[in-house]
Amino acid sequence: MRSLTRSLTVSPGLTIGLLMVMVWVVTAAFAPWVAPHEPTAMGVGPQTAAPSWGYWFGTDQYGRDILSRVIYGGRYVLAIAPASTLLGLILGTLIGLLAAYGRGWLDEVIMRLLDAIMAFPIVVLALLALTVLGSSTLNVILVIGLVFAPLIARTARSAALTEVRKEYVEAARLRGEGHWYVMVMEVAPNIRGPLMVEATIRLGYAVFTSATLGFLGLGVQPPAPDWGVMVSSSRSLLTTAPWAVLAPALAIAAVVIGFSLIADGLRDREQQ
Amino acid sequence: MLRYTLRRLGMLGVTLLVASVLIFLITAVLPGDIGRIILGPFAEESAVRALNESLGLNDPLVWRYFDWIAGVLQGDWGQSMSLNTPVLPLALERFSRSLALAALAVAMLLPLAIGAGVAAGRRPGGPLDRVLSVVGLGLGAMPEFVTGVLLIVVLGLGLDWFPVQATTPADGSVWAVIHGLMLPALCLVLLLFAYLFRMTRSGMLSALEADYTRTARLKGLPERLVLRRHVLRNALLPTVTVMGAQLGWLVGGLVVVESLFRYPGIGSLLHNAATNKDIPLLAGCTLLVTAVFSLANLAADLVYALLNPRVRDALAD
Repeated sequence: MRSLTRSLTVSPGLTIGLLMVMVWVVTAAFAPWVAPHEPTAMGVGPQTAAPSWGYWFGTDQYGRDILSRVIYGGRYVLAIAPASTLLGLILGTLIGLLAAYGRGWLDEVIMRLLDAIMAFPIVVLALLALTVLGSSTLNVILVIGLVFAPLIARTARSAALTEVRKEYVEAARLRGEGHWYVMVMEVAPNIRGPLMVEATIRLGYAVFTSATLGFLGLGVQPPAPDWGVMVSSSRSLLTTAPWAVLAPALAIAAVVIGFSLIADGLRDREQQ
Repeated sequence: MLRYTLRRLGMLGVTLLVASVLIFLITAVLPGDIGRIILGPFAEESAVRALNESLGLNDPLVWRYFDWIAGVLQGDWGQSMSLNTPVLPLALERFSRSLALAALAVAMLLPLAIGAGVAAGRRPGGPLDRVLSVVGLGLGAMPEFVTGVLLIVVLGLGLDWFPVQATTPADGSVWAVIHGLMLPALCLVLLLFAYLFRMTRSGMLSALEADYTRTARLKGLPERLVLRRHVLRNALLPTVTVMGAQLGWLVGGLVVVESLFRYPGIGSLLHNAATNKDIPLLAGCTLLVTAVFSLANLAADLVYALLNPRVRDALAD
């Protein structure tokens, strides 16, 4: 705990990042109490009303309250991003450990396969998979997690390469522990530093990617108040009601900046 | 160098093989009953079965893959279901348009990001470095549809400098074309600026601290020459390598940017294929994009090897 408080005071970026993310986490978690209106209720206000005391962020073309939609929209992003990152982290760590621990031809085969998967631009791969699987929140989580796994696997492998040569690994093997036990229980805890940094970076990208998929109409489906969906469905209002587009757009930017500040802070702490 | 090139070409072959298998598995196996998807939920079961038979969907999987890839290699990329035209000519035509857009973006990006990185890296912690780092962080955090929207609001609608829909006048001059593509190209520049700027900046920092730079200074070389001959050459090496990887982001960005600005390139074609569930078109576009992306990565690696004498000499044997 003391190290946590110290790193918070040492690195202002980390503190600001955590605060930025926490604001969204808290408002999203308590959305029914924080949001002034129902997120999908139409006609709670006049159509495309400018921001005012009654409607802080204005209203959209259906008279929905944009502030409430942005607050509820945080629920999608803040559920999808951590869930998909966790999936990618588990999968990627296992693959990376296997490559580093297996060495030789196994390492070579795994890395070449990962190279091939990474030859796809991420958005294109996600587009392909979601078209075929159909768009649902669960599929978005699965697809982002799977797309991120090779990237995390690379980090896990390079961190584990130096670990697997250490004596505690051999000692564990001599004790008669199984390969998977050694990888997961002995090696994995020793590479958690770089993995945490990588996971935080991926969190930001997961927010980015899920918003992009929502914008392209392949992620969360309207009328759900997902931020990407909100930008795409209010696009035609740019001239008449720019706030309908700007509010969710800035919300995305705030969360991604928050995560990347946290990632930078963690990396600095890791390197000390 | 020759051996290295051959080895990299071999790796490219493996990558493309695995990628093509992956595309095949996702588009041909995952969807399940293709005949049912094409004909819809109300079609007769016998019609579905007949269509599946005529499409060769009942053959063994390996056979179907080789059948498909043989066709691909001979230029038969199938028929788009939604547009009713052969996939390959359409994808190539759209791709050339995307190439124009991407070229304009890269032509603006490289001097901007590298110049900013060099300037910031020369005086780390100085006011310019701080401002550029914050700007870079902010830009890196904004998805391209967000920056695109901001560009449309400010430069398109507010100042009315550029058209908000990407247009390429058929008989226009080069300047007219550039003018029409300016907003989407700027959007791509903003998407890629942050990373490239950061790489150049950190390359500058490590090159400025290196022993060879100190030696060059101590032997009395003027600062300009130290920068040009010793610092820049080394500082730009990592930038070249990440440029290859950044092309993936560029392609992903094209999907969003072209859809936002309604520009008929390969990105918006991919998006349309996805929205219309046009699987042959989707498979074709993905294959083309992946192949080009892998080739660009190969080119970046080879340029890196050529520029870096240590790698070049190690490869010479």
